[in-house]
Formats: sequence, structure tokens, C-alpha cells
Amino acid sequence: MEVRELICIGCPLGCPLTVRMEGSEISVTGNTCKRGEDYAKKEVLSPTRIVTSSVPVKGGVIGMVSVKTKSDIPKDKIFQVMKEIHEASAQAPVAIGDVIIPDCAGTGIPVIATKAVEAKA
Amino acid sequence: MMEHDIVIIGGGPAGLAAAVAARKAGIQDILILERDSCLGGILNQCIHNGFGLHTFKEELTGPEYAARYIAMAEEEKIPYRLNTMVIDISKEKEVTFINREEGLSTVKAKAVILAMGCRERPRGALNIPGYRPAGIYSAGTAQRLMNIEGYSVGKEVVILGSGDIGLIMARRMTLEGAKVKVVAELMPYSGGLKRNIVQCLDDYGIPLKLSHTVVDIQGKERVTGITLAEVGPDRKPIPGTEEHYDCDTLLLSVGLIPENELSRGIGVTMSPVTSGPEVNDCLETSQEGIFACGNVLHVHDLVDYVSEEATLAGRNAAAYVQAMEKSSEEESGEESGEKAGKKAGHQVPLKAENGVRYTVPQTLDIVNMQDSVTVRFRVADVYKDRYITVSYDGNTVLRRKKKVLAPGEMEQIVLKKESFSDYPELKNIVIRTEVE
Repeated sequence: MEVRELICIGCPLGCPLTVRMEGSEISVTGNTCKRGEDYAKKEVLSPTRIVTSSVPVKGGVIGMVSVKTKSDIPKDKIFQVMKEIHEASAQAPVAIGDVIIPDCAGTGIPVIATKAVEAKA
Repeated sequence: MMEHDIVIIGGGPAGLAAAVAARKAGIQDILILERDSCLGGILNQCIHNGFGLHTFKEELTGPEYAARYIAMAEEEKIPYRLNTMVIDISKEKEVTFINREEGLSTVKAKAVILAMGCRERPRGALNIPGYRPAGIYSAGTAQRLMNIEGYSVGKEVVILGSGDIGLIMARRMTLEGAKVKVVAELMPYSGGLKRNIVQCLDDYGIPLKLSHTVVDIQGKERVTGITLAEVGPDRKPIPGTEEHYDCDTLLLSVGLIPENELSRGIGVTMSPVTSGPEVNDCLETSQEGIFACGNVLHVHDLVDYVSEEATLAGRNAAAYVQAMEKSSEEESGEESGEKAGKKAGHQVPLKAENGVRYTVPQTLDIVNMQDSVTVRFRVADVYKDRYITVSYDGNTVLRRKKKVLAPGEMEQIVLKKESFSDYPELKNIVIRTEVE
């Protein structure tokens, strides 16, 4: 049996959660509402995060453009995603939502721009 | 001298939301003055997600949230000047600013909205001994250097202060390949949002040391290390608890201070607790026709509440200008002692007591108020299982149980106009925490 301790982020209360996993059986204790149980289950089964960063932009009025993964990606892929973001760059003009990396670290999820950058005149 | 109906100082989230709201309320002649080279304020460097859950019901990054409001302002064709620094505002609402195109100029406003935001508490305010080597940054400066300028800032990092920017930067620097060794917090609790502690520190195994502070900075040209010590209940370092950390960078995330030099220049009454102006339920300062909203009024955790507050300030400034125009029209006919369409008000002070540090607004006009007014406040310490109570002249009218209250999370309660109907002679409203 695997036991994990988590802190719930569902509300400011921050309940300390204990998750016990035995095969496909998952039990959560320490939560004071249903949201805590849902959070704990997702967190132990398939934790995901949105990753944000910024990449250099060529020919733009500013030097960097902020980016994010279009949706959440598996938590254990964060550093692989960051490695690809570090190698990426954009060409001005950039619009919000422009795809910077089509499929990041094999997640099937693109990295997109979160800021518009006009081209230098 | 050029005249404008409303002049807004600052083009960040507060200024933009105030401008859009004032325009929607029917004011054509609005001018935003912004000192940076673009609109959006601090959101431009906050590239992480988590913005807009309340306002847009989706999770946006800072630049995306800013872009939504910039688009609204542009759709409304609201004029703004960039690279423009306001240097003085007079009681007569003459706003003096400076920029490269116009040099020094002054415009006269019927109403002014203060939306200058806040700035970080610097090292100089902390009394940390040691040289002044390179490698010591306020967390927000490091954030700007990294996210907007594209610099790498540092490789081995210690962060003092667990405010939200410090937590966000702990994650950001880790993702950029730096090693964040520890986040130290003077207080026995974090000043940041819980979810930031989980997602920025716990996710990356970064330790948070509560009741700890930096007692020495080593290095002459560049930081080479720092010494951390535990502090007692008096927040003074405990001898013998010193611990050394090698690092090349120290980030300070030790508090935000509303930027009110201009407000003080006007002479508006300031709150010693918020470091912002005192305001009534219209978000109007002690100086008639001068309104304040956003982080210049009190430091917020969530931009969504800034937008909400600023929308109210924009609407009220619009109503003020419209009432002024109406009364000047009527003046030619018959003299009226009061502002057009407004009954004689009854301002009641809101008092923060027993664990509630302050309230915004600080006074409420129970005659002229909107149907409901949102009162925002912070508590002084971490409290468990307490009640927030509101009383009118000693009679408890509202009592809400809170499992947890923390200084890092702003609280709010809504007071309804109808609740005052039994209290025409009301003298004070008290908001406090109670154990049972």
C-alpha cells in the first residue's frame, strides 16, 4: 500500500490530506469536503499542470514573448516541456494563441503565445 | 489649459477597468496617463496562469488578462498617453505630467482616479547587514528581468519572504534551470496564497522555512552566500541557529507598498494601516472628486478584485462628473445647496477591531449608497474556527463562520442597504473576528 500526504488547494483552508492507494482502491482522509477528495484522487492518479515561460522573439518591438501550454500537461513532463521551450523562438508579428511548438514533449499539447508582439517597423 | 472630464493616473489593470467603466457610464472625455511604454502594468511580467477565474470564468496568464482589458479600452477608443510620468496633482485637480513629446504640461480634470499601483519593499527597509554586492534583487525586479528582458538572473538562489511574487519566482527560476535552495519567511505563516505554496514550492521540493530570516549577506562583488537564522516570537534572530547557504542570488519578496507620493501631494487623508488613501463607499478620497482603486488603495492578492473595485471607482467618478454638470446647469435657474439628485448623506465610519486590521472602504454613506457595498479587509494573524461579525451600534447584524482566516488572503463581506433601514441614526459599523 502506498500512502501520500498532500495539502488540498481547493480553498484557503488547505486541509492536510492522506491518500492511501491499494491497487485501484484509493481512500482519502483528512479532507473536510468533497472537493478535497476529488483533488487528492486527481493528484495521485494523473497530476497535471499548465506550464508558462517566455521565449525570444525575432524582429519584434520587444525581445521576449510569454508562452504557455495550451492546456495542462502531465506533471512529470514539466522539465521536458521546459527543455523544448528553451530551444524555441518566435518570429514577429506574434498574436495571442499563435502556436510556438505544435506538440510539446510528445504530450500532443501545443505551446502557444500569451502576448501579442508587433513586428519592428 | 486642456480640460478633461476624467483623468486616470496609471494604465494597469485598475486604470483600464476604471476607464472602461467610466466610458460605459457615459463619459466621453477620459484620459489615461501611463509611465511605462505599454498598457497593462504589472500583468505584463506576470506570465504565470491563475488570473481571471472570477472575471472571465477561465484561467488566463497575466498578459492575456491585460490584453482583454486593453482590447476593451481600445474598442471604446479611450485616449491614453504612454511614457508619461505624472509629477503632481493639485487640490483643484490640475494634473501635471512630463513626457518627451509635450515636455511639461498640465491638464485640468473634473474627476481624477488614482490607479498607480504599488511597489516592492526594498532591501534598504530591512536592515540586513553585509556589503552591497550584485545579485540581490526584489522578486518583482527579477521577474521583469527574466520574463520581459530575457536575462537569467542567477543560478543558486535563496528567497527571503514568502509573498506571492517570491513563491512564483521560486518556481520560475527552477524551471529556468536555477537551484532554489530555500524560501525563508520571518513570520510563522506564509504571506502568500496556499495554492502558490503547493504549486510553486512543494511541486519542486523547495523548502519553506517559517520564522527564519537572513542575518548576513556574504560577497563583495557578487553574492557568494547568505546566513539564515531562526527568529523567536519577538522576530529577533536566536543566537546559535545560524545556517549558511552558498548562493549567487538573493531575492526579496518582503511586501508591497501602495505608491502614494501623488496622493500625499494632494493632501488626501491616508490610512496608516493600508498605506493607501482613506475612501468612502464610492471609493472617493477625502478630497472631493478624487477616487482611488487597485493596489494604490490597498494591496490585493487577485487582479479580479482589482478589476471589480476599479469598475466601481470608474462608475462613481462618472456619476460625480454627471452630477457636477447637472448642478451647474441648475445653478443658473435656482440656487441649490446640495449636489443635484443627491440627498444629504449620512457617513458612518467602519471600524476594524479584534483581529481585523483594516477595512476598505473606511466610511459608508447609508443614505446614498448602492443597494450593496463590498467591504474588503485583512486579518492580523492566522485564525482557525472564528466568526467574522458585523455590528451596527453594538447590535450584531451579520455573523459568518470561517474555518480559516489568514493575513495572506483578503476577505470580503457584502453590506446591503436595506440592512440599515432600522438604523437611521447609526454611529458606527464594527467588523471584528470572534472566537465563539
